[in-house]
Amino acid sequence: MLRYVLRRFLTAIPTLFVIVTISFFLMRVAPGGPFNQEKGLNPVIKANLERVFHLDQPLWKQYLLYLNNLLHGDFGPSYNLPDFTVAELFADGLPISIQLGGSALTLALLLGGLLGIIAALYQNKPADYAVIATATAGSTIPAFVIAPLFQLFFALTLKWVPVGGWGDGALINKVGPVLTLMLPQLAIVARLMRGSMIESLRSHHIRTARALGLSDYSVVVKHALRGALLPIISYAGPAAAGLLTGSIIVESIFSIPGVGRYFVEAALNRDYTLVMGTVVVIALFTIVFNLVVDILYAVVDPRVRYD
Amino acid sequence: MTDATFPAAATKGRSLWADAWNRLKANKAAMVSIWYLAFMALICAVGPWFTPHDFTTIYQDYTRVPPSLEAYPKPDAIGLAVKDAVKRSRLSLGGWKEKDGKIFITVTSAKPIDERVTRYIDRSDVFKNAQVADKSPDGLKMTMSADIKHEYFFFGTDNVGRDLLTRTLIAGRVSLAIGLLAGVVAVVIGVLYGAISGFTGGRTDEIMMRIVDVLYSLPFIFFVIMLVVFFGRNFVLMFLAVGAVLWLDMARIVRGQALSLKRQEYVQAAEALGVSPCGILLRHVVPNLLGPVVIYMTLLVPQVIILESFLSFLGLGVQEPMSSWGVLISQGAKNIPSATWLLIFPSFFLTTTLFALNFIGDGLRDALDPKDR
Repeated sequence: MLRYVLRRFLTAIPTLFVIVTISFFLMRVAPGGPFNQEKGLNPVIKANLERVFHLDQPLWKQYLLYLNNLLHGDFGPSYNLPDFTVAELFADGLPISIQLGGSALTLALLLGGLLGIIAALYQNKPADYAVIATATAGSTIPAFVIAPLFQLFFALTLKWVPVGGWGDGALINKVGPVLTLMLPQLAIVARLMRGSMIESLRSHHIRTARALGLSDYSVVVKHALRGALLPIISYAGPAAAGLLTGSIIVESIFSIPGVGRYFVEAALNRDYTLVMGTVVVIALFTIVFNLVVDILYAVVDPRVRYD
Repeated sequence: MTDATFPAAATKGRSLWADAWNRLKANKAAMVSIWYLAFMALICAVGPWFTPHDFTTIYQDYTRVPPSLEAYPKPDAIGLAVKDAVKRSRLSLGGWKEKDGKIFITVTSAKPIDERVTRYIDRSDVFKNAQVADKSPDGLKMTMSADIKHEYFFFGTDNVGRDLLTRTLIAGRVSLAIGLLAGVVAVVIGVLYGAISGFTGGRTDEIMMRIVDVLYSLPFIFFVIMLVVFFGRNFVLMFLAVGAVLWLDMARIVRGQALSLKRQEYVQAAEALGVSPCGILLRHVVPNLLGPVVIYMTLLVPQVIILESFLSFLGLGVQEPMSSWGVLISQGAKNIPSATWLLIFPSFFLTTTLFALNFIGDGLRDALDPKDR
């Protein structure tokens, strides 16, 4: 197992390298630069700025320089948010985004799982149809429709929650963003859970368990559920990795100071270091969570072995 | 000998497609969705020509008016419009009355009144055909008559006074067209790439699929934003580019199908019988690929529409004065709580369309792939 984890980490390095390389050159061939403002900077000052940030050097040199810095854990300074390094921006924003995304995913897995099990146990009955309808609605209505509607009804009409803002992490401020982030994921989890649970309930070992006279609770929770968890786990990995990119809209609508806004702003302002920083962080998330999923597979299903 | 009668001719065989069509017809949700989508496409395509307003016309006197089935101006708005017009003409208002859809305004002034002041009345969005009806001999008092212009804003108007109904329909035109355009681009690239990869096999397949893997692991949103940066904000080019990003799933699906088709016994039998590769492709491969491709395409179109709306919401997509559902929803989100209709109408159009597309996709999957039911 340990060898497997180690090998996976080693194979992640070339992947990360390719991603960094492609993103670096893709971004640099795009027209414009961090100091090309609309008003036009004094050419002397611009040249000075570019020299300070090594932007006047040939591209391959800049690339090597960036790789070198990255290997030393240095993401560089942000070009458009002066006084901050990319690492500092992430240190501030990342915990907020992770907190929101993490709560949303956890809730989605628990609630969605529960709904899926209920739907599977009462297949083709009203409860099942209600779950399917919720799931269809949740996966069809996009976040940028749900979020303003949520604000309209719960914040402005009923005044139960604030319209937006982080409020230093007050629980009431998180309700809206977490719900909006959760809903589409809950829909997918419920659907997956329903499908795999139905299949699991039909399998031979469940029939045996029932024949042995085990209680319903024991049959469903101890035996059927375990077999039905695999598709949920394989969904949760990429979903966890996608938490950061998924928060762009929600963070902007609810004015949350997370990292979501950097994705768009940085690319539009040609804030090269910040763009590269976000790409690296997302890629790291993807790699780590895919690994976690593969390890969980082995935990849930003992037939899966990594040697 | 029994004289039981047998049907004279063998029952006509049903093709796979006829079967699928029958199954689809039995699916109520899918059929309703098809009609709904056709209706939506029709009103978005031709509707803007029949609505009373152009989608770029700005009615300054009607900014942010709520939706109403009755004609504007409302009675209390006429008085305001009269005061406003008279104020602009620097005269004093003597009084006004309304009769048979015409309005009579009496104005007074310390100096003789120039008859050209009627143009101040015309300049308002509320009145037209302003004329001098009566003028006192000394020229210090004048009565003007004007017709009241009736305007219908069934969906209300936006912040600058443009008709939301027309804008929603125009936006639908853009969103649906983009969905279809980018969807077709993605399918064409994906099918060609996947089919070549799957049928060639071997080393080519290996390399082509590794390229897809690498593109997959790039953060998708980064890729799209980079494309926007490249192509500027020209939306046709941009959505060709978005289509060019979304082909990855299609390529994988088609490759998988192609790989399994290649090994099917009937394909091998056709080969053994000496059917040309082109014949095999047309007779056996294309019809079998068509099912998954059609299903995936119906599920891809809503994805593209969401992506377009997402980009427009961020201000990266369709630009003013052109409009798409994403643009409208983004404006609506910024204007709650004062103008809820700006959010509600476009959201309703977008969401119902997405629902319809999803139901059609599900229905097609059930119809074309019955073993998955």
